[in-house]
Amino acid sequence: MIADLTRTERRWALTILSGLTATGLAMAIAGRSDPLGVHGWVILAAGLFGCIAVARRFDLPEPAAERLHHYYDGPTKAGIVLTLIWGVVGMAAGFWVAALLAFPEFTFDAAWASFGRLRPVHTSGVIFGFGGNALIATSFHVLQRTTRARLPDQLSPWFVLLGYNLFCVLAASGYLMGLTQSKEYAEPEWYADIWLVIVWVVYFAIYLRTLARRKEPHIYVANWYYMAFILVVAILHIVNNLAVPVSLGSAKSYSLFSGVQDAMTQWWYGHNAVAFFLTAGFLGMMYYYLPKRAGRPIFSYRLSIISFWGITFMYMWAGSHHLHYTALPHWVQTLGMAFSVVLLVPSWASAGNALMTLNGAWHKVRDDAVLRFMALAAIFYGLTTFEGSFMAIRAVNSLSHYTDWTIGHVHAGALGWAAMITFGSIYALTPWMWKRPRLYSAKLVEVHFWLALAGTVIYVFAMWNSGVIQGLMWRTYTENGTLAYSFIDSLVAMHPYYIARAVGGLLFLLGAIVAAYNVAMTILMPVSADDEIASDLPTQPVLAAGE
Amino acid sequence: MPFDHDTMVAFSKSFGLFYLVALSIAVLVYAFWPSNRKRFENAARNPVSNEEDRPWN
Repeated sequence: MIADLTRTERRWALTILSGLTATGLAMAIAGRSDPLGVHGWVILAAGLFGCIAVARRFDLPEPAAERLHHYYDGPTKAGIVLTLIWGVVGMAAGFWVAALLAFPEFTFDAAWASFGRLRPVHTSGVIFGFGGNALIATSFHVLQRTTRARLPDQLSPWFVLLGYNLFCVLAASGYLMGLTQSKEYAEPEWYADIWLVIVWVVYFAIYLRTLARRKEPHIYVANWYYMAFILVVAILHIVNNLAVPVSLGSAKSYSLFSGVQDAMTQWWYGHNAVAFFLTAGFLGMMYYYLPKRAGRPIFSYRLSIISFWGITFMYMWAGSHHLHYTALPHWVQTLGMAFSVVLLVPSWASAGNALMTLNGAWHKVRDDAVLRFMALAAIFYGLTTFEGSFMAIRAVNSLSHYTDWTIGHVHAGALGWAAMITFGSIYALTPWMWKRPRLYSAKLVEVHFWLALAGTVIYVFAMWNSGVIQGLMWRTYTENGTLAYSFIDSLVAMHPYYIARAVGGLLFLLGAIVAAYNVAMTILMPVSADDEIASDLPTQPVLAAGE
Repeated sequence: MPFDHDTMVAFSKSFGLFYLVALSIAVLVYAFWPSNRKRFENAARNPVSNEEDRPWN
């Protein structure tokens, strides 16, 4: 890692890390009687560790000019490893909270182990830790390959990747201490939010700088999706997190918005996080890795452009469907509903485009579990967007809202779509990045595929059943016009489904562990002499990346 | 005209419609413009080209 940096970049790295250390120290002092102080120490430790790592290797020889004739894949490799680590951690947290819902006594009377604190560790862990790292890692790879240009420098990609992971650590550890803004998917407090803005601006700048240096005149559509993801997430993140901290020594802040404006801002953010983080970004992944793995160009490039603009334009207005039957003006609710329904068109255009690309290569889908992950992702994308448009209709929402149906819908998207396309892409990418002829075990990919599919199906069916029963019980009246069931009645009825959901989640988690093992073994796999790339290896041990 | 809730609503309801229609037309024209055909066909082949995995210098 540090051996890849030029002397100037190493100096910049030291400057940035010193600044980080000083900021951490200031936070630790100012927040000595507040959870902010704990995060100050975390930042201080991260900065200090980085400073020492850079200083120790500061005098290594500079990287050869030859490097400019290769793509820069160091951050992508590290990103793949981080993706899998966060995937296992975030999904394990998910299994834990699923078990807590079925067996609430498992909190051990400890505040940090309560559902309210562990649940955001799960959601942030999988969305930001697993999904975000996968998006950063793959975007650097796709960006370079499709523009035929190397990343503009060696330092800023590392800054983005490691800075982003620092944000994820601050987020997850903060939740366990009870720090939250109480905004779903935007829980981290003000100082972590400011840090993410800095990281994100650098991320967008890497994209623009690489595009400015591109050798391929046309910007491939995957990059449009990745750029929409970066740009819109920046806008959403900044607006929804506008807040005033109690003091510079306090982690607590108050939002700029209140009442229904706050709710609308939050769900404008929340639904577009689904749209641009969990959809646009992963569509970028799909539009590159699926054609690449299938060995066939995308079925219709024009359709990909039309659906790009359809998705980016229409998702922006769909958020208010989260606020049906609230104080939000009726016409705003209707607007959100209408756009959610129309969104089915560009969504199915993308899903159909992916499946039509595979038309004629179904034998590859049958034989290659990696491609099958991607094909299944496209199918789940189509199913979930249909379900989502349907659930956004006010009358349907009156049954589904606040029930487990929503949870089932989210997981059909997150497990079936985002995680499947991520695992498929990572399996495709790993041998290319580490220059291995193949993955360690194709059988384990097959095992993972069936664990993931079984887990998703069990999960989603459990939540569909649970959600519909819940919704119906809440709206069943007796002849006298009173509610037929108390809340606790519905809770008792949920219990078997909560156990089934935990089982589904466990299968999915086991699949992720299998993936992490398979990728780790691929990285560690000895390259035999008869492999064609053997001639590419140095004859003597030299410094490995990171030394 | 005072800048109040009703102003915002009127603006959203009118401008939003024209914005949507204009953008849709612009995108369709761009996607189906005949001289863009070649460019899009080449672009679609971008990920599946079998050239060497290194930047063009």
